[in-house]
Amino acid sequence: MKILICISNVPDTTTKIKFVNNTTFDNAGVQWIINPWDELALTRALDIKDAQPGVIETITVVTVGSQETEPTIRKALAIGADKGIRVNAEPKDTFFVASQLAEIVKKDNYDIVICGIESSDYNGAALGGMLSELLDMPSVSAVSHLDVINGQVQLKREIDGGQETVEAQLPFIGIVQKGIAKEPRIPSMRGIMMAKGKPMEVFEGVGADSFTEFVGFDMPKPKAACKKIDPENVKELVNLLHNEAKVI
Amino acid sequence: MSVLVYTENWDGKFKKLSFELVSYANEIAKKLNTSVVVVSIGNVGEEELKKLSNYGASKILNANNEKLNGLNNQAYTSVLAEAVAKENATVIVFAHNNSGKAIAPRLSVRLKAGLATGVMTLPSSTEPFTITKKIYTSKALANLVIKTPVKIVTLLQNAFGLVEGPASGTIEQFNPELKDSDFKTKVVDVNKVTGKILLSDAEIVVSGGRGMKSGENWGPIEELAVLLGAGTACSRPVSDEGWRPHEEHTGQTGKIIAPNLYFAFGISGAIQHLGGISGAKCIVAVNKDPDAPIFEAADYGIVGDLQKVLPDLISAVKELKAN
Ligand SMILES: Cc1cc2nc3c(=O)[nH]c(=O)nc-3n(C[C@H](O)[C@H](O)[C@H](O)COP(=O)(O)OP(=O)(O)OC[C@H]3O[C@@H](n4cnc5c(N)ncnc54)[C@H](O)[C@@H]3O)c2cc1C
Ligand SMILES: Nc1ncnc2c1ncn2[C@@H]1O[C@H](COP(=O)(O)O)[C@@H](O)[C@H]1O
Repeated sequence: MKILICISNVPDTTTKIKFVNNTTFDNAGVQWIINPWDELALTRALDIKDAQPGVIETITVVTVGSQETEPTIRKALAIGADKGIRVNAEPKDTFFVASQLAEIVKKDNYDIVICGIESSDYNGAALGGMLSELLDMPSVSAVSHLDVINGQVQLKREIDGGQETVEAQLPFIGIVQKGIAKEPRIPSMRGIMMAKGKPMEVFEGVGADSFTEFVGFDMPKPKAACKKIDPENVKELVNLLHNEAKVI
Repeated sequence: MSVLVYTENWDGKFKKLSFELVSYANEIAKKLNTSVVVVSIGNVGEEELKKLSNYGASKILNANNEKLNGLNNQAYTSVLAEAVAKENATVIVFAHNNSGKAIAPRLSVRLKAGLATGVMTLPSSTEPFTITKKIYTSKALANLVIKTPVKIVTLLQNAFGLVEGPASGTIEQFNPELKDSDFKTKVVDVNKVTGKILLSDAEIVVSGGRGMKSGENWGPIEELAVLLGAGTACSRPVSDEGWRPHEEHTGQTGKIIAPNLYFAFGISGAIQHLGGISGAKCIVAVNKDPDAPIFEAADYGIVGDLQKVLPDLISAVKELKAN
């Protein structure tokens, strides 16, 4: 089986977000990481590969982005992916990125394609669904567990108040979220050394539409200062919640 | 023309979010001089369906077919695509939840309709169609223009609220074509709790962090939640430790919620946690550390020991409820 994991290159989750003239993201001093979901997806794929040697042939990671995203792909290789692909194109919107990735999936016969539920930058939460529709492949979203048993995938999907067990025909696209792996794997020294020798292919992007466009950015309004209440007077809090905030 | 809404039911009852989506769609429909058509998939009684009309549904398409039990991304996309064509919809509204995220992107590709996910307001303009969404896990906002003739949006829960606006609410049986090729996934087992308040639906949420010290200490949180008719939540380390179930984990990598009131007991307020709760209308923090970042996000705060504050709070709420 071949697994493809779509990884998005995003600012570290603790980054202080700023914009230049409310039009461009200010990337001065920003640390770039593998989108947390995608890192967990990679971890899970490696766990499956380790547990069933021979069943998973290769794990490939792919990113759509400029050359600056290569360290992030290298990190995925250092964690354990076998091969990296970069599509050399500046993401315009999710449909544009999905169109690029669809070409990559068509080039090779992947049995399982995995996307994260959302990128922590633009919080699109849409790419996996768009890609599956472009490829006319079945998709399961909100996947919190993925297993390969006798050449079949077994999934758990989160629903309100519980979980469903879902079976999907291959090839299939899994859109994964919390639970898929507990902690991300961290690259070892050996992994980092080995990553240098692993293949990284670069393809030029294909012409594709974009359906949407960002026209400006803003910061949320700052919150009013917190009203402190004496711990000896909890009644006062209830009073404020009832009469002032009117929430209880 | 019409504005189409995908609603969801929970064991045959609509969740509050469905009424919110209809309210929201109704405001858009007014701007566009058109009306709201709702699609309901599943087994929902006539009386329940009719409730959608209180918030502005002119027509309710009732797709009740056993084959559609359990979300199937491809099949549901086909059902909605057929409804869009039939009703000539130009705006389609979903909730920004698991099912909205599963179907809306597929529909976007199928219809070549631009998609704005996680929106929080009405469009500021319909021509060009411009709408605000949260980005960087609520650390910033973006204005997005949808350039295609048909538009799809997914609305953040509780961002808009309920607005009554009665409409005719004609119920129509809807029997969309179901193709076998759409059924490549199958739900083989369902495991869910019923009767509990859904975290995503809760108006009040009582949440605990590592400061609770152990899963055994959750009694007062649950007691307070029951008193207030609230849902319960937790920070990520709490669910990682197994003190609480995973579906309670809120934050960037967990659930994103927007209740009217959020209580944070023993939660430090890490940026990843705040990403999941910054939509709350009112945040109350109880923490023994006066410098905990949660106080920057909170509206009301008590610097003190939660072991003591929680019981006091429970008695004070009981007293309020008694009067
Ligand atoms: C990529 C990434 C994603 C993440 N996603 C999430 C997420 O989605 N959600 C999330 O919650 N976290 C997330 N985290 C973890 C996050 O960074 C914090 O580690 C976590 O939120 C801390 O949880 P906490 O506040 O419960 O614990 P702590 O930070 O340990 O805080 C405990 C607090 O309890 C207080 N306290 C202790 N005892 C008492 C007492 N007796 N009375 C009153 N107060 C007391 C302390 O003063 C302290 O402020 C993520 C981290 C990363 C790196
Ligand atoms: N530029 C990209 N290159 C490769 N994969 C991506 C890219 N952007 C997003 N993804 C994938 O799509 C998922 C959801 O992203 P989004 O829909 O943009 O929030 C991510 O978790 C990645 O798996």
